[in-house]
Amino acid sequence: MRVNFTVNGRKQEADDVWEGESLLYVLRERMGLPGSKNACEQGECGSCTVRLDGVPVCSCLVAAGQAEGREIVTVEGLADYARHRDDSHPGAGCAAGTCGTSLDAAQRWQARPSDGQSADAAELSPIQQAFIDAGAVQCGFCTPGLLVAADELLETQPSPSDQDIREALSGNLCRCTGYEKILDAVRLAAARQEETVR
Amino acid sequence: MALHPRAASVPAGTPTKITQGSKTRGGIGESTLRPDGTLKVTGEFAYSSDMWHEDMLWGHTLRSTVAHAELRSIDIGEALATPGVYAVLTYDDLPAAMKNYGLEIQDTPVLAHGKVRHHGEPVALVAADHPETARRAAAKIKIDYAELPLITDEASATAPDAVLVHEGRTDHHIGHVPHPNVVHRQPIVRGDADAAAERADVIVTGDYVFGMQDQAFLGPESGLAVPSEDGGVELYVATQWLHSDLRQIAPVLGLPEDKVRMTLSGVGGAFGGREDLSMQIHACLLALRTGKPVKMVYNRFESFFGHVHRHPAKLHYEHGATRDGKLTHMKCRIVLDGGAYASASPAVVGNASSLAVGPYVVEDVDIEAIALYSNNPPCGAMRGFGAVQACFAYEAQMDKLAAALDMDPVELRQLNAMEQGTLLPTGQRVDSPAPVAELLRRVKARPLPPEQQWLSADADGSSVDVRALPGGLSNTTHGEGVVRGVGYAVGLKNVGFSEGFDDYSTARVRMEVINGEPVATVHTAMAEVGQGGVTVHAQIARTELGVSQVTIHPADTQVGSAGSTSASRQTYVTGGAVKNSCEAVRERVLEIGRRKLGTYHPAWATAELLLEGGKVVTDGGEVLASLADVLEEEAVDVELEWRHRPTEAFDLRTGQGNGHVQYSFAAHRAVVEVDTELGLVKVIELACAQDVGKALNPLSVVGQIQGGTTQGLGVAVMEEIIVDPRTAKVRNPSFTDYLIPTILDTPTIPVDVLELADDHAPYGLRGIGEAPTLSSTPAVLAAIRNATGLELNRTPVRPEHITGT
Repeated sequence: MRVNFTVNGRKQEADDVWEGESLLYVLRERMGLPGSKNACEQGECGSCTVRLDGVPVCSCLVAAGQAEGREIVTVEGLADYARHRDDSHPGAGCAAGTCGTSLDAAQRWQARPSDGQSADAAELSPIQQAFIDAGAVQCGFCTPGLLVAADELLETQPSPSDQDIREALSGNLCRCTGYEKILDAVRLAAARQEETVR
Repeated sequence: MALHPRAASVPAGTPTKITQGSKTRGGIGESTLRPDGTLKVTGEFAYSSDMWHEDMLWGHTLRSTVAHAELRSIDIGEALATPGVYAVLTYDDLPAAMKNYGLEIQDTPVLAHGKVRHHGEPVALVAADHPETARRAAAKIKIDYAELPLITDEASATAPDAVLVHEGRTDHHIGHVPHPNVVHRQPIVRGDADAAAERADVIVTGDYVFGMQDQAFLGPESGLAVPSEDGGVELYVATQWLHSDLRQIAPVLGLPEDKVRMTLSGVGGAFGGREDLSMQIHACLLALRTGKPVKMVYNRFESFFGHVHRHPAKLHYEHGATRDGKLTHMKCRIVLDGGAYASASPAVVGNASSLAVGPYVVEDVDIEAIALYSNNPPCGAMRGFGAVQACFAYEAQMDKLAAALDMDPVELRQLNAMEQGTLLPTGQRVDSPAPVAELLRRVKARPLPPEQQWLSADADGSSVDVRALPGGLSNTTHGEGVVRGVGYAVGLKNVGFSEGFDDYSTARVRMEVINGEPVATVHTAMAEVGQGGVTVHAQIARTELGVSQVTIHPADTQVGSAGSTSASRQTYVTGGAVKNSCEAVRERVLEIGRRKLGTYHPAWATAELLLEGGKVVTDGGEVLASLADVLEEEAVDVELEWRHRPTEAFDLRTGQGNGHVQYSFAAHRAVVEVDTELGLVKVIELACAQDVGKALNPLSVVGQIQGGTTQGLGVAVMEEIIVDPRTAKVRNPSFTDYLIPTILDTPTIPVDVLELADDHAPYGLRGIGEAPTLSSTPAVLAAIRNATGLELNRTPVRPEHITGT
């Protein structure tokens, strides 16, 4: 069958798709977008998380045909997605890592009510930069799924508490980091985005 | 050895002084960021499962559905006739006389022949144009199994009439094992444990069971084999040791090693599970047969069959102590189930026995460790490697002994803690700092997390955040029946390969001027599996060569072996090799400088010269020349092997011998809350203190310690591969049923890093990756015991063990 959908803002069509193929397989093997990872292909680990019409889903559990006519954002399109989100809510902006909040400050940062929006104009989205800066990437296989999930968390909940972060990322397994630095990274991204808005 | 000798006046336990290049930014000791970080956060980093080649086929493995059976016949006709299928291979298609492989003993068949010895053993291979076509074709292969009696434990393995898992063994262990179903046996006897037991006022014994843990790395076994025009093959694969793979792959393919060219592709975690081969030979066989590139990617189900696991163990321990708490003696017997093939079992036995006493001074010991052959899944390397199982038992014993003596369990440990100069049961002297008592003091001194954190801070005390309670959002308790417990543990792990193994590494370092800037390129065969070796190699090159630009060449077999990324050894040994090669490059650069510019300034001949900030400077700080002016068009290129000091084998009767290179120590304090009604455990905090010698990259060091701690937490409360004792079949090969900790299961992990230099190691560093995996498990168990008052001698602890149902 043929599947038509939008991936990272571009119209795509995939031909000769077998009915049983997952969206994950089509993205990885037909679209040349291997960023979404194939760690369990059982919907247990979250490594293949993508946004489907804005909602984070395990792409291994989505049949390719279900993506017909819909919009998908993968980790490859995350920076662009974050930029466009920022366009409608412009903030002060500065290159990530060269200004704003240090990791130490982020660790001391406390969640507080805020209507802040991410506003980073660098090449990477704030959550991507924060994962690098906080040391949240080791083998990195879980990273794409965590980034997509964490980005969605920060979009809907700009000032999450630790319990909120844990709840939002509980569907994403990581075997390397012990999660502490992933928490640091989400706190760091949240703190930077709060500072930019202020 | 190419280490700089240190002045005798420097007191032990101070960081090694770095004289070269310490002013160059991004050198050792800084938390520089990963060079592959941006690629990994944008999804562009190419993991082994992301490889793609035009016109490639997909390989698939057919695996045994029974654990022990004679293979009567295999019918591939229908599979081969399936449209889209290019090849179906069985044992009969293997091209060379060598049909087995193995890390130490070549007992593992590439494809089963004659019989299968465990559930999930590879029997046949299929290559097809779509992965689903390959899977469906494989399902059409008809196999006639005649089932054989099962060997599943020590009793069935060593019974006089036991079926032999491997008939006609010829390996070098067969001469000293008590039964052919025992892979290896290592006793360690020192002093007279029986006589010493007479002096004991208190003796405690215990029987402990350690479940089968899985590495559960996220990136599945995968890779791409591409046939080359010269009849050889190129293999892009995720592994822990390229040259060890090559040594095992080439003979089975019937190819010389230079016709099998291996390149490391992105590795999604390893933890020991990629020390053994998985799909490497299979993909090469299919590529060579079809003449097309072949990609193989295991799904999670197959991954549980595709790699070895941590040895499950049964341990019997006896400790004695005098009334004042001094240990008199220790006796123990450790039985490790190695499963159907040897893998790393002999070395695991060596570790379990030599580290069985833990970080304590006990002069009279009687130790025995064995590994069995059985029809259970094969077991081999996993983070902690034999020391983990022993630590679980000896730390439970310490708590038991403290209770019997009515002593504080931390004080008892500190009273008996080893220190620099202590003799191990093997007779080897610990000749570097061993801050066991201090690590315990540090975790104990840390303030405890507040009680009842599930009571919301902003409320009047009556509002409960169930997310912070055992059971979490399942809303199984609002705090009633929840009790808190605190537990401690400390462990001892060796660093590097032991028992006389030639544990060397190779590094090629090149320095040249590109666009007017001096650039260093580091080329090693080190497997970067996530540990951050690539970051550290660049830091070492900056420190030693005074350049800011360092390129890390992809790891492949075009350079000499780097040894394995395991045993906490890679920063020590390959880091040492990079340092050593950089030193040689530095000398060559200075020679060129003396030759070209020596006449312009007397300091070229008389002063100590350093490379800093892209310049040659005197130790007084005077700049003599820029590296660009020294090198001009010349490039300096050095490839050298580097070895740490040698070790020796343990005596097969007494276990005596200087078997280990270095030691690594970590201590944990666990704080848990247990819902005693449902048996649910919530770990509140898992604090760690570890001596790292010298933190080359503090950010990475802490990340490694937190990751290792979490794997120990996993095996304490949830992780276990369950093998049906009646059928020897794996019951839970999925992430639905084999549970690893999520972010909700993992507490905050504060890390306290000590840096007491080991004078024998590069920069004074210590291998760090494994030690935190040892002590976190017994610390959690101790905390659950403390909360519940239960004995709990098995791991993982399940709710039914707590509720007694």
